[in-house]
Amino acid sequence: MSAADVAPRAGRDVYRDLLVELMASDARLVCLDSDTGLFTGVDFGPAGDRYVNLGIAEQNLMGVAAGLARCGRIPMVNTMATFASTRALEAVKVDIAFNDLPVRIVATHGGLAAGHLGPTHHALEDLAIMRTLPNMTVVVPADADACAHLFRQSLDLPGPVYLRLGRAATPDLAATLAAAGGPDAPPVELGRVQQLRGGGDLVLAACGPYPVLAALAAADDLARRGVRATVLNVHTVRPLDVDALDDAVRSTSSQVVVTVEEHWPSGGLGSAVAEALAERRPARVLRVAVPDGFVAVAGDQRYLLERSGVTAAAVVDRAVAALR
Amino acid sequence: MVPREPLAVADPAERPAEPGPVDAVEPAAVAVRVRELIVQMCASTDGGHLGGSMSLVEILVTLYHEVLRVDPDRPQAPDRDVLLLSKGHGAIALYAVLATRGYFPVAWLDDYAAPGGPFLAHPNRAVPGVEMPTGSLGHGLALGVGHALAGRLDGSGRRCFVVLGDGELQEGSVWEAAMAAGSLGLDRLVAVIDRNGLQLGGGTEDVITLEPLADRWRAFGWTVREVDGHDRVALRQALDEPGAGRPVAVIARTVKGRGLPYVEGQVRSHFARLGETQRGRALRAVRRGVR
Repeated sequence: MSAADVAPRAGRDVYRDLLVELMASDARLVCLDSDTGLFTGVDFGPAGDRYVNLGIAEQNLMGVAAGLARCGRIPMVNTMATFASTRALEAVKVDIAFNDLPVRIVATHGGLAAGHLGPTHHALEDLAIMRTLPNMTVVVPADADACAHLFRQSLDLPGPVYLRLGRAATPDLAATLAAAGGPDAPPVELGRVQQLRGGGDLVLAACGPYPVLAALAAADDLARRGVRATVLNVHTVRPLDVDALDDAVRSTSSQVVVTVEEHWPSGGLGSAVAEALAERRPARVLRVAVPDGFVAVAGDQRYLLERSGVTAAAVVDRAVAALR
Repeated sequence: MVPREPLAVADPAERPAEPGPVDAVEPAAVAVRVRELIVQMCASTDGGHLGGSMSLVEILVTLYHEVLRVDPDRPQAPDRDVLLLSKGHGAIALYAVLATRGYFPVAWLDDYAAPGGPFLAHPNRAVPGVEMPTGSLGHGLALGVGHALAGRLDGSGRRCFVVLGDGELQEGSVWEAAMAAGSLGLDRLVAVIDRNGLQLGGGTEDVITLEPLADRWRAFGWTVREVDGHDRVALRQALDEPGAGRPVAVIARTVKGRGLPYVEGQVRSHFARLGETQRGRALRAVRRGVR
């Protein structure tokens, strides 16, 4: 199979189609929209009374979801990542997380996915915020297929879930792996690190579509230089699969981890990995992330990531420097 | 120490709640008892929100003893009516009313604010009868919209009552929820506004104007009823009557610190840590009864 065999798909489209399918047979599911446009023209059929567009009011959105969940429903809250994690944060904290309610916060436009919409619509802080909240599960799928699997796996969790999605279509991970001639990835499993490559020299740990692709491309580049990297897709940022991370680092010669994420350097995946490993071993954690500043230039997601240095080349540079 | 109840969720196997019987005790006597308990909690080491709890007494007594279809023995019955105290700083009034309604022994309130105990200064779900935690203002009405939507989806007749402070109405999130409820026509949702006219910084109209308050709720699609918030007969009538396609806002005109003539209508009644002399004086005042 080549990368061309599976066309890029957007996680949010796959999520939407799956949700519509699941709502037909699972009466617990309620779809709460905040006028995102994601559901325009969607026919929910007999489940139509369980789709409610609550308009442009994200605090209310979270509170209504908490009330519904308290009555036994599983509400899907649909908004953009930055509105979920900053504008509506107190409602997420008090109404949803404190009550440990099974609300699924489906947050599109994570990271720089909003592109030229600018810093008001970028979410480069959401993982830091959401992973501090007790009871919250924080998930960042690396492609559309993983989005479907992780969403389905998260449905029966008793507590809240933050599912960070993007906007545009992104490459299929399995197809990318196949095109590179490497082994297939093991099935994606909520709460478990997914090892995409094995290698004895250092660990590359990433979350989200482009960071994971950057880590894979960096591993290929490093291999050509004689450096063997383990590549981990850390799609579940909270709870972090610390044992798997620790095992992966322990088996390297360098005890070096390079993290890659579409997030500011503070509080995201890199921080989570550093915090966890610091309690266990003298590992060195280097973070490839969007630099600490607002990205107020025009451009699409890939351009902005390139410009921000969330690239395979940056990963290689950090790795080589650390191993020198 | 109070045993900590697990946070039970609704058991679908349970029967729907029957309308709660009016307590054998005369509600006027209950109101006096509730005020005594509020005074006692304000005499704890940590003190309590006195004024805004006293203004709430008839509202909560009328709801729990005369209006809500609840069963204290089955606090999670699926079809029960739900009360959310959005003005969470009135928690001691809620705790006192829950105790008089039989959710737990009145003696448990001796442990109000006891270290390690469940009785926080804002409603805590570990206390039997408390539906959801509140305290940060402006959250309750959205939670109520969620409850009302769930009831509609369930085809249930359950009603949800959200008790708000008037100063709380300065929170924008209240109006997000009010707009949604009006738009959705959630006629089993009732907002009860404790209109005592005061907030920490003074009169509400001197801080940020709320009037014309009834017109504002009407403009958001609500049926508005204005009543004397210390008149239980008027309250019951306003709270009992369904909304006929629109959510209902009951603006209950109250007096902050009601029952303690020497602080009634005064901002300084907001929070109190009563010493022994003050406690005795307050108990005598509330036992004389409100006029």
